[in-house]
Amino acid sequence: MTAKVVTITSGKGGVGKTTAVANLATALAADGKKVVCIDGDIGLRNLDIVLGLENRIVYDVVDVIEGRCRLRQAMIRDKHFEQLFLIPAAQTRDKNAVSPSDMVRVCDELRPDHDFILIDSPAGIERGFRNSIAAADKVLVVTNPEVSAVRDADRVVGILEAEEKYAPALILNRLNPAMVKSHDMLSAADVLDLLAIQLIGIVPEDESVIVGSNRGAPVALEPKSRAGQAFRNIAKRLQGQEVPFLDLDKQDGLWGRLQRLTGGRK
Amino acid sequence: MSFFDRMFGNKRSAESAKERLQLVLVHDRTDLTSAELEALKDDLLKAISRHIDIDPEAVQIGLERDGREQRLVADIPLRSVARRRAG
Repeated sequence: MTAKVVTITSGKGGVGKTTAVANLATALAADGKKVVCIDGDIGLRNLDIVLGLENRIVYDVVDVIEGRCRLRQAMIRDKHFEQLFLIPAAQTRDKNAVSPSDMVRVCDELRPDHDFILIDSPAGIERGFRNSIAAADKVLVVTNPEVSAVRDADRVVGILEAEEKYAPALILNRLNPAMVKSHDMLSAADVLDLLAIQLIGIVPEDESVIVGSNRGAPVALEPKSRAGQAFRNIAKRLQGQEVPFLDLDKQDGLWGRLQRLTGGRK
Repeated sequence: MSFFDRMFGNKRSAESAKERLQLVLVHDRTDLTSAELEALKDDLLKAISRHIDIDPEAVQIGLERDGREQRLVADIPLRSVARRRAG
Protein backbone atom coordinates (compact mmCIF):
# COMPACT_ATOMS: atom_id res chain seq x y z
CA MET A 1 0.00 0.00 0.00
CA THR A 2 1.30 3.44 -0.82
CA ALA A 3 -0.95 6.36 -0.16
CA LYS A 4 -1.92 9.01 -2.67
CA VAL A 5 -1.44 12.47 -1.16
CA VAL A 6 -4.29 14.82 -2.09
CA THR A 7 -4.17 18.48 -1.04
CA ILE A 8 -7.33 20.57 -0.98
CA THR A 9 -6.75 24.29 -1.48
CA SER A 10 -8.55 27.36 -2.84
CA GLY A 11 -6.79 30.70 -2.68
CA LYS A 12 -9.79 32.44 -1.14
CA GLY A 13 -10.93 31.54 2.36
CA GLY A 14 -14.42 30.37 3.27
CA VAL A 15 -15.22 28.50 0.06
CA GLY A 16 -15.51 25.13 1.79
CA LYS A 17 -12.03 23.55 1.84
CA THR A 18 -12.32 22.08 5.32
CA THR A 19 -15.84 20.81 4.62
CA ALA A 20 -14.56 19.20 1.43
CA VAL A 21 -11.68 17.49 3.26
CA ALA A 22 -13.96 16.20 6.03
CA ASN A 23 -16.48 14.87 3.52
CA LEU A 24 -14.00 13.33 1.11
CA ALA A 25 -12.13 11.66 3.98
CA THR A 26 -15.42 10.30 5.34
CA ALA A 27 -16.58 9.08 1.93
CA LEU A 28 -13.23 7.40 1.20
CA ALA A 29 -13.30 5.71 4.60
CA ALA A 30 -16.88 4.57 3.93
CA ASP A 31 -15.54 2.91 0.76
CA GLY A 32 -13.17 0.94 2.97
CA LYS A 33 -10.04 3.00 2.35
CA LYS A 34 -7.45 3.76 5.02
CA VAL A 35 -7.34 7.52 5.25
CA VAL A 36 -5.41 10.13 7.24
CA CYS A 37 -6.27 13.80 7.03
CA ILE A 38 -3.83 16.49 8.08
CA ASP A 39 -4.98 19.96 9.04
CA GLY A 40 -2.45 22.25 7.37
CA ASP A 41 -3.87 25.46 8.78
CA ILE A 42 -1.45 26.02 11.67
CA GLY A 43 -2.88 28.53 14.14
CA LEU A 44 -6.42 28.29 12.74
CA ARG A 45 -7.29 24.68 13.44
CA ASN A 46 -10.73 23.66 12.16
CA LEU A 47 -10.80 20.20 10.63
CA ASP A 48 -11.08 18.70 14.14
CA ILE A 49 -14.36 20.47 14.92
CA VAL A 50 -15.90 19.76 11.52
CA LEU A 51 -15.12 16.06 12.02
CA GLY A 52 -16.41 16.17 15.62
CA LEU A 53 -13.02 15.24 17.10
CA GLU A 54 -12.15 18.49 18.90
CA ASN A 55 -12.27 16.94 22.37
CA ARG A 56 -9.81 14.16 21.62
CA ILE A 57 -6.72 16.16 20.72
CA VAL A 58 -3.59 15.53 22.76
CA TYR A 59 -0.78 16.07 20.25
CA ASP A 60 -0.69 17.91 16.94
CA VAL A 61 1.37 17.98 13.76
CA VAL A 62 3.93 20.43 15.20
CA ASP A 63 4.48 18.08 18.16
CA VAL A 64 5.30 15.35 15.63
CA ILE A 65 7.64 17.58 13.63
CA GLU A 66 9.45 18.82 16.72
CA GLY A 67 9.78 15.33 18.15
CA ARG A 68 7.57 15.67 21.24
CA CYS A 69 5.53 12.62 20.25
CA ARG A 70 5.51 9.78 17.78
CA LEU A 71 3.37 10.09 14.65
CA ARG A 72 0.91 7.45 15.93
CA GLN A 73 0.25 9.47 19.09
CA ALA A 74 -0.93 12.48 17.09
CA MET A 75 -3.33 10.43 14.96
CA ILE A 76 -6.88 10.70 16.27
CA ARG A 77 -9.24 7.93 15.28
CA ASP A 78 -12.57 9.01 13.76
CA LYS A 79 -15.85 8.30 15.56
CA HIS A 80 -17.50 6.61 12.60
CA PHE A 81 -14.68 4.81 10.83
CA GLU A 82 -11.90 2.69 12.32
CA GLN A 83 -9.68 3.38 9.32
CA LEU A 84 -9.97 7.17 9.32
CA PHE A 85 -7.55 9.37 11.28
CA LEU A 86 -6.95 13.08 11.81
CA ILE A 87 -3.64 14.76 12.52
CA PRO A 88 -4.68 18.16 13.89
CA ALA A 89 -2.97 21.50 13.33
CA ALA A 90 -1.24 23.26 16.22
CA GLN A 91 -3.44 26.04 17.55
CA THR A 92 -0.90 28.08 19.49
CA ARG A 93 1.86 28.18 16.88
CA ASP A 94 2.19 29.89 13.54
CA LYS A 95 2.77 28.55 10.06
CA ASN A 96 6.54 29.02 10.33
CA ALA A 97 6.68 26.11 12.76
CA VAL A 98 6.35 23.83 9.71
CA SER A 99 8.44 23.66 6.53
CA PRO A 100 7.65 21.98 3.19
CA SER A 101 10.26 19.29 3.90
CA ASP A 102 8.62 18.55 7.28
CA MET A 103 5.35 17.85 5.47
CA VAL A 104 7.09 15.62 2.95
CA ARG A 105 8.70 13.66 5.82
CA VAL A 106 5.40 13.22 7.70
CA CYS A 107 3.61 12.08 4.52
CA ASP A 108 6.41 9.67 3.61
CA GLU A 109 6.07 8.07 7.02
CA LEU A 110 2.29 7.73 6.57
CA ARG A 111 2.32 6.53 2.96
CA PRO A 112 3.07 2.81 3.44
CA ASP A 113 0.11 2.18 5.79
CA HIS A 114 -2.65 4.18 4.10
CA ASP A 115 -4.57 4.56 0.84
CA PHE A 116 -5.13 8.32 1.00
CA ILE A 117 -3.59 11.26 2.82
CA LEU A 118 -5.78 14.37 2.56
CA ILE A 119 -4.24 17.72 3.44
CA ASP A 120 -6.43 20.70 4.31
CA SER A 121 -4.51 23.74 3.05
CA PRO A 122 -4.97 27.19 4.57
CA ALA A 123 -6.31 29.99 2.35
CA GLY A 124 -3.75 32.17 0.61
CA ILE A 125 -0.67 31.43 -1.47
CA GLU A 126 2.00 31.77 1.20
CA ARG A 127 3.92 29.50 3.57
CA GLY A 128 0.98 27.41 4.80
CA PHE A 129 -0.14 26.76 1.23
CA ARG A 130 3.43 25.88 0.20
CA ASN A 131 3.69 23.45 3.12
CA SER A 132 0.38 21.86 2.19
CA ILE A 133 1.23 21.20 -1.45
CA ALA A 134 4.83 20.08 -0.85
CA ALA A 135 3.99 16.38 -0.65
CA ALA A 136 0.93 16.40 -2.93
CA ASP A 137 0.43 13.92 -5.75
CA LYS A 138 -2.80 15.67 -6.67
CA VAL A 139 -4.25 19.07 -5.77
CA LEU A 140 -7.97 19.80 -5.67
CA VAL A 141 -8.83 23.49 -5.99
CA VAL A 142 -12.15 24.43 -4.37
CA THR A 143 -14.06 27.45 -5.62
CA ASN A 144 -17.56 28.93 -5.47
CA PRO A 145 -19.38 30.42 -8.46
CA GLU A 146 -18.50 33.96 -7.33
CA VAL A 147 -16.12 36.46 -8.92
CA SER A 148 -13.69 36.70 -5.99
CA ALA A 149 -13.43 32.95 -5.44
CA VAL A 150 -12.94 32.24 -9.15
CA ARG A 151 -10.26 34.91 -9.47
CA ASP A 152 -8.31 33.55 -6.49
CA ALA A 153 -8.70 29.97 -7.75
CA ASP A 154 -7.15 31.09 -11.04
CA ARG A 155 -4.09 32.44 -9.21
CA VAL A 156 -3.65 29.16 -7.39
CA VAL A 157 -4.09 27.11 -10.57
CA GLY A 158 -1.48 29.33 -12.23
CA ILE A 159 1.03 28.67 -9.43
CA LEU A 160 0.34 24.91 -9.51
CA GLU A 161 0.63 24.69 -13.29
CA ALA A 162 3.91 26.59 -13.26
CA GLU A 163 5.36 23.74 -11.18
CA GLU A 164 3.94 21.08 -13.51
CA LYS A 165 3.55 18.28 -10.98
CA TYR A 166 0.28 18.59 -9.12
CA ALA A 167 -2.39 17.82 -11.77
CA PRO A 168 -4.87 20.35 -10.35
CA ALA A 169 -8.59 19.52 -10.59
CA LEU A 170 -11.57 21.69 -9.69
CA ILE A 171 -14.32 21.26 -7.10
CA LEU A 172 -17.09 23.77 -7.75
CA ASN A 173 -18.76 24.13 -4.37
CA ARG A 174 -22.09 25.70 -3.37
CA LEU A 175 -23.62 25.91 -6.80
CA ASN A 176 -27.24 27.07 -6.61
CA PRO A 177 -29.06 25.56 -9.61
CA ALA A 178 -32.06 27.93 -9.31
CA MET A 179 -29.80 30.99 -9.48
CA VAL A 180 -27.87 29.50 -12.42
CA LYS A 181 -31.18 28.96 -14.18
CA SER A 182 -32.19 32.58 -13.70
CA HIS A 183 -28.74 33.66 -14.95
CA ASP A 184 -27.79 35.23 -11.64
CA MET A 185 -24.97 32.80 -10.89
CA LEU A 186 -22.01 31.64 -12.97
CA SER A 187 -22.76 28.15 -14.29
CA ALA A 188 -20.36 25.21 -14.06
CA ALA A 189 -19.69 25.67 -17.79
CA ASP A 190 -18.83 29.36 -17.24
CA VAL A 191 -16.39 28.58 -14.42
CA LEU A 192 -14.74 25.78 -16.40
CA ASP A 193 -14.41 28.03 -19.43
CA LEU A 194 -12.72 30.69 -17.28
CA LEU A 195 -10.38 28.43 -15.33
CA ALA A 196 -9.75 25.86 -18.08
CA ILE A 197 -8.81 22.97 -15.78
CA GLN A 198 -10.14 19.47 -15.22
CA LEU A 199 -13.37 19.21 -13.21
CA ILE A 200 -13.64 16.59 -10.47
CA GLY A 201 -16.95 17.58 -8.90
CA ILE A 202 -19.83 20.01 -8.57
CA VAL A 203 -21.37 20.30 -5.10
CA PRO A 204 -24.80 21.93 -4.87
CA GLU A 205 -25.58 24.45 -2.14
CA ASP A 206 -27.19 22.40 0.60
CA GLU A 207 -28.29 23.40 4.10
CA SER A 208 -27.50 19.94 5.39
CA VAL A 209 -23.77 20.80 5.10
CA ILE A 210 -24.12 23.28 7.96
CA VAL A 211 -26.24 20.85 9.97
CA GLY A 212 -23.49 18.26 9.49
CA SER A 213 -20.78 20.67 10.67
CA ASN A 214 -22.92 21.64 13.67
CA ARG A 215 -23.04 18.00 14.70
CA GLY A 216 -19.48 17.11 13.73
CA ALA A 217 -20.88 14.53 11.30
CA PRO A 218 -20.03 15.28 7.63
CA VAL A 219 -22.95 15.09 5.16
CA ALA A 220 -21.16 12.39 3.18
CA LEU A 221 -22.71 10.13 5.84
CA GLU A 222 -26.24 11.25 4.90
CA PRO A 223 -27.62 9.04 2.13
CA LYS A 224 -30.24 11.64 1.14
CA SER A 225 -28.08 14.77 1.13
CA ARG A 226 -27.34 16.00 -2.39
CA ALA A 227 -24.09 17.63 -1.29
CA GLY A 228 -23.24 14.37 0.46
CA GLN A 229 -23.87 12.49 -2.78
CA ALA A 230 -21.67 14.94 -4.69
CA PHE A 231 -18.81 14.39 -2.20
CA ARG A 232 -19.25 10.61 -2.37
CA ASN A 233 -18.98 10.86 -6.16
CA ILE A 234 -15.77 12.90 -5.93
CA ALA A 235 -14.34 10.28 -3.57
CA LYS A 236 -15.11 7.61 -6.19
CA ARG A 237 -13.41 9.68 -8.90
CA LEU A 238 -10.34 10.01 -6.65
CA GLN A 239 -10.26 6.22 -6.61
CA GLY A 240 -10.17 6.24 -10.39
CA GLN A 241 -13.81 5.33 -11.01
CA GLU A 242 -15.90 7.05 -13.66
CA VAL A 243 -19.02 8.53 -12.11
CA PRO A 244 -21.41 10.76 -14.07
CA PHE A 245 -21.97 14.27 -12.73
CA LEU A 246 -25.19 14.89 -10.75
CA ASP A 247 -28.19 16.30 -12.54
CA LEU A 248 -28.54 19.47 -10.48
CA ASP A 249 -31.72 20.58 -12.17
CA LYS A 250 -33.58 17.83 -10.44
CA GLN A 251 -34.80 19.54 -7.30
CA ASP A 252 -36.51 17.58 -4.61
CA GLY A 253 -39.65 18.48 -2.73
CA LEU A 254 -42.54 20.84 -3.22
CA TRP A 255 -40.35 23.95 -3.19
CA GLY A 256 -38.25 22.65 -6.05
CA ARG A 257 -41.33 21.75 -8.09
CA LEU A 258 -42.89 25.16 -7.38
CA GLN A 259 -39.68 26.88 -8.45
CA ARG A 260 -39.70 24.94 -11.68
CA LEU A 261 -43.37 25.78 -12.32
CA THR A 262 -42.78 29.48 -11.75
CA GLY A 263 -39.61 29.49 -13.83
CA GLY A 264 -37.06 29.74 -11.04
CA ARG A 265 -36.43 32.19 -8.28
CA LYS A 266 -36.93 35.83 -9.28
CA MET B 1 -34.02 39.45 -12.94
CA SER B 2 -36.92 41.82 -12.85
CA PHE B 3 -39.27 42.87 -15.62
CA PHE B 4 -37.69 46.34 -15.57
CA ASP B 5 -34.17 45.01 -15.99
CA ARG B 6 -35.32 43.16 -19.06
CA MET B 7 -37.23 46.19 -20.38
CA PHE B 8 -34.19 48.40 -20.14
CA GLY B 9 -31.80 45.77 -21.40
CA ASN B 10 -29.79 45.44 -18.18
CA LYS B 11 -27.41 42.53 -18.40
CA ARG B 12 -28.05 39.48 -16.27
CA SER B 13 -25.59 39.36 -13.42
CA ALA B 14 -23.97 36.04 -14.37
CA GLU B 15 -23.09 37.50 -17.76
CA SER B 16 -21.43 40.56 -16.21
CA ALA B 17 -19.56 38.30 -13.80
CA LYS B 18 -18.18 36.23 -16.65
CA GLU B 19 -17.18 39.18 -18.81
CA ARG B 20 -15.49 40.97 -15.93
CA LEU B 21 -13.63 37.83 -14.92
CA GLN B 22 -12.46 37.18 -18.48
CA LEU B 23 -10.83 40.59 -18.54
CA VAL B 24 -9.31 40.51 -15.08
CA LEU B 25 -7.93 36.98 -15.46
CA VAL B 26 -6.03 37.90 -18.61
CA HIS B 27 -4.28 40.68 -16.70
CA ASP B 28 -3.76 38.58 -13.55
CA ARG B 29 -2.18 35.79 -15.57
CA THR B 30 0.20 38.02 -17.46
CA ASP B 31 1.04 40.34 -14.58
CA LEU B 32 0.47 43.20 -17.00
CA THR B 33 -1.60 46.23 -16.04
CA SER B 34 -3.63 48.13 -18.63
CA ALA B 35 -1.06 50.96 -18.49
CA GLU B 36 1.82 48.56 -19.09
CA LEU B 37 -0.05 47.05 -22.01
CA GLU B 38 -0.50 50.53 -23.50
CA ALA B 39 3.23 51.21 -23.14
CA LEU B 40 3.98 47.89 -24.83
CA LYS B 41 1.66 48.83 -27.72
CA ASP B 42 3.40 52.18 -28.17
CA ASP B 43 6.83 50.54 -28.24
CA LEU B 44 5.65 47.94 -30.73
CA LEU B 45 4.16 50.58 -33.02
CA LYS B 46 7.32 52.66 -32.93
CA ALA B 47 9.47 49.65 -33.78
CA ILE B 48 7.25 48.54 -36.64
CA SER B 49 6.91 52.08 -38.04
CA ARG B 50 10.66 52.27 -38.44
CA HIS B 51 10.48 49.48 -41.04
CA ILE B 52 7.10 49.71 -42.65
CA ASP B 53 4.34 52.24 -43.12
CA ILE B 54 1.36 51.58 -40.90
CA ASP B 55 -1.74 53.43 -39.79
CA PRO B 56 -1.44 53.66 -36.00
CA GLU B 57 -5.17 54.34 -35.68
CA ALA B 58 -6.12 51.03 -37.30
CA VAL B 59 -3.83 48.88 -35.15
CA GLN B 60 -5.37 46.49 -32.66
CA ILE B 61 -3.17 44.88 -30.04
CA GLY B 62 -4.56 42.95 -27.12
CA LEU B 63 -4.24 39.92 -24.87
CA GLU B 64 -6.34 36.89 -25.65
CA ARG B 65 -7.00 33.72 -23.77
CA ASP B 66 -6.85 30.23 -25.20
CA GLY B 67 -7.53 27.72 -22.44
CA ARG B 68 -4.86 28.54 -19.85
CA GLU B 69 -2.51 30.06 -22.44
CA GLN B 70 -2.31 33.80 -22.95
CA ARG B 71 -1.52 35.31 -26.29
CA LEU B 72 -0.53 38.79 -27.36
CA VAL B 73 -2.48 39.26 -30.57
CA ALA B 74 -1.76 42.12 -32.95
CA ASP B 75 -3.71 43.08 -36.02
CA ILE B 76 -1.67 45.66 -37.93
CA PRO B 77 -3.04 46.70 -41.32
CA LEU B 78 -0.30 47.96 -43.64
CA ARG B 79 -0.74 51.10 -45.70
CA SER B 80 -0.96 50.25 -49.34
CA VAL B 81 2.33 50.83 -51.13
CA ALA B 82 0.57 51.51 -54.44
CA ARG B 83 -1.55 54.25 -52.93
CA ARG B 84 1.46 55.86 -51.30
CA ARG B 85 3.30 55.90 -54.62
CA ALA B 86 0.31 57.35 -56.43
CA GLY B 87 0.02 60.08 -53.82
